[in-house]
Amino acid sequence: MGEGWDGGVNCGETSWPCITSVSPVIPVAEMSQIIDQLAASIREAAARGTPLRIVGGGTKDFYGGALRGETLATSAYRGIVEYDPTELVITARAGTPLAEIEGALREKRQMLAFEPPHFGATTTLGGCVAAGLSGPRRACAGAVRDFVLGVRMLDGNGRDLHFGGRVMKNVAGYDVSRLMAGSLGTLGLILEASLKVLPLPPAEATLHLKCAEAEALALMNEWAGKPLPITATAFRNDDLGVRLSGAGAAVEAAAKRIGGTRVDTMLAGSFWNGIREQTDAWFSDARPLWRLSVKSTTPPLDLPGSQLIEWGGALRWLKTDAEARTIRETAARARGHATLFRGGDKAAGVFQPLSTPLMKIHQRLKQSFDPAGILNPGRMYPEF
Amino acid sequence: MTAVTETPVNLMRQRGAAAALRAFLPESSVLFEREDVKPYECDGLSAYRQVPMVVALPENEGEVQRILKTCFTLRVPVVARGAGTGLSGGALPLGNGVLLSLARMMRILEIDPRARTARVQPGVRNLAISEAAAPYGLYYAPDPSSQIACTIGGNVAENSGGVHCLKYGLTVHNIVKLRALSIEGEVMEIGSDGLDAAGYDLLALMTGSEGMLAVVTEVTVKLLPRPSRAQCMLAAFDDVTKAGQAVANIIAAGIIPAGLEMMDKPATRAVEPFVNAGYPLDAEALLICEADGTDEEVEEEMRRMQEVMRASGATEMRVSRDEAERLRFWAGRKAAFPAVGRITPDYYCMDGTIPRRHVGEVLRGIAGMEKKYRLRCANVFHAGDGNLHPLIMYDANDSDQLQRTEAFGAEILELCIQVGGTITGEHGVGVEKINQMCVQFTAEELEALHRVKHAFDEHALLNPGKAVPTLARCAEFGRMHVHVGQEKFPDLPRF
Repeated sequence: MGEGWDGGVNCGETSWPCITSVSPVIPVAEMSQIIDQLAASIREAAARGTPLRIVGGGTKDFYGGALRGETLATSAYRGIVEYDPTELVITARAGTPLAEIEGALREKRQMLAFEPPHFGATTTLGGCVAAGLSGPRRACAGAVRDFVLGVRMLDGNGRDLHFGGRVMKNVAGYDVSRLMAGSLGTLGLILEASLKVLPLPPAEATLHLKCAEAEALALMNEWAGKPLPITATAFRNDDLGVRLSGAGAAVEAAAKRIGGTRVDTMLAGSFWNGIREQTDAWFSDARPLWRLSVKSTTPPLDLPGSQLIEWGGALRWLKTDAEARTIRETAARARGHATLFRGGDKAAGVFQPLSTPLMKIHQRLKQSFDPAGILNPGRMYPEF
Repeated sequence: MTAVTETPVNLMRQRGAAAALRAFLPESSVLFEREDVKPYECDGLSAYRQVPMVVALPENEGEVQRILKTCFTLRVPVVARGAGTGLSGGALPLGNGVLLSLARMMRILEIDPRARTARVQPGVRNLAISEAAAPYGLYYAPDPSSQIACTIGGNVAENSGGVHCLKYGLTVHNIVKLRALSIEGEVMEIGSDGLDAAGYDLLALMTGSEGMLAVVTEVTVKLLPRPSRAQCMLAAFDDVTKAGQAVANIIAAGIIPAGLEMMDKPATRAVEPFVNAGYPLDAEALLICEADGTDEEVEEEMRRMQEVMRASGATEMRVSRDEAERLRFWAGRKAAFPAVGRITPDYYCMDGTIPRRHVGEVLRGIAGMEKKYRLRCANVFHAGDGNLHPLIMYDANDSDQLQRTEAFGAEILELCIQVGGTITGEHGVGVEKINQMCVQFTAEELEALHRVKHAFDEHALLNPGKAVPTLARCAEFGRMHVHVGQEKFPDLPRF
């Protein structure tokens, strides 16, 4: 596994490398054993009060607060459990490489519509759900949490729990499965996840327009209010990239309406891949990378540094040496929040501080799922 | 759904609570005389009735906050209610509690056409949001069939869907921010005006929590551009399994229709004389299938859907020629519940969701149960997302029928769990399906759910007794959790 990351072949409309390795079929008894071992490790750590650090592919170690504790690897618990394309649902084990899942979906002309970033060849489904990060299609299709239908998890006492299910609509019990998306492994170890999948669009086109930031923001917000099949936007260096996806005729009609310069499939694929995986040249800047999630109509942010805008204006990446406090205040004024995404000084916290009532609920939720406080402590907030 | 014995109201306690609330609320906002509180005794699940001890009708967030603080201090439980259209008894009052009606908080606070959001109070009706957004070419997508009456606050509490949710999602996919009050009266901003928020996804946790975690005082919803065109088709089948296969074939062809509904013969026959939708009456199953988007998209999708339907063995197909006909096709489906209500004294609406591939098996199972329980059942089905609404027809005045209906319903839900589905797709657990929760979840899972509630509401004052059964109740109910694993005996044939 892993051979596909740099040298893979080009697959269809994205330039994502095809990874052909597939999890070996492992007998059910062996899978139960792996769960028993994981549960035993958690119970033991809980009894001793020693922190555990849950690791899938280790591709997002940079993300979130400091890493603490003994490693608890999920990689052995892998493989697709169930995938019936006509149900639009895939269920897989946490350690399954994301690339394997995407490969299986692509074969049936389907996809994970939230376009999760990989940040490395070894990235796993468990890590993808736990990190809760979504890619360029997010503004149009939804985020990881929008596609989570169910999870099987081990809580901080090593209890094997199922929430949600493998069906599209389910309101039995609180929605713990969506709560797990983006919880950074602080509430439990995700064993399996069921995700809604969508068909690949029959046609796509990418256009580039030259414009300044304010104009780009105005255009993106205006288009979003029209019935146009826009599935991604990205602006940096006075260049606005727009991706259209859908029925062939609809894509053509919208392309005409939007204008700009159309690029070929190869170029388009590598452009969006560069945005999704943060390999675009814009990201090579050595300064810390901040992620500001704001109201889409927020005018250009008055912050020093360089910006890349996605999600129709709702996501602003910022390379800057500005002070954390200034950045967070700006994000709050824009009715959103700021995350120190990569680099920089994490001592001042990674995520936007929570209001007192919300912090109280976070701490109580943590306490209820992980009373010993051993699962990825401090990965989200220093308080838990 | 058996009517429960009413808890008598403790008059001392009632007087105390009403006086405490009237200390800061006008008289007309605090009701406790029997004839005043009687209209609140049930929601859309009228088999369960209980007059509340007190009804409070706040007009703004400040009042809600003081009511909650008062109730918290007095340790009086609170049941929040919107329009009372819910179908699972989620807003059933408590005889020792305050019924908090949010119906007077019905202001649309802000429509931001550029950001495509609307900020509204919880008592605003679902359809009123789309009406207010219409001048900007925008609308709010989730459209539960009760949308002319149901409120957005209730939609958040139940995570309501509608006939378009396969393509446009449920409430949880269409809201961005909530203002909510904890039982202690603390203000919480959950979500943000961006596309995500810092910390845990409490927005997801709140959605569908049946008023058990906090009281919502403001909802910011996403608005979508209204598609420039929509077109609808009917496809008739001489066999329900074929119709089920046609649904799978549509999805396999890479099409996500805006709506994809199925009705069986008893349902179409009940509906047709009622609305004259033009449904074929001899079909065993009827699919209603909609495409929306730009002209080009709709044309292409309708053409492809017709091809798939034909190849799947449709015996008859009709495509709407204009908007009036499209609405007529839908009118029948949307009127299915009242239409069935016309041909039977009472009906009991179920709400299981199943993996779609089992639809034939489940409908055959239900047909068997009709014989077993000697009751008729019509089936309407959100086929696109596997959400089945069997309508069991009975006469509530006949206690034996009532009991058979209840057993019939329970057996349907347990069949849904067996094939890998769930006991409720969109109506919620409420009081109605609380026993079946014992079948769907293990004791440890139920405990975990109770701890989630405890994290928000440690004295269990918000809508206590709903949605998540106590373990004692499950023990009394006596039926065990059915594990729906793929791993157990995967090689055994199942019929």
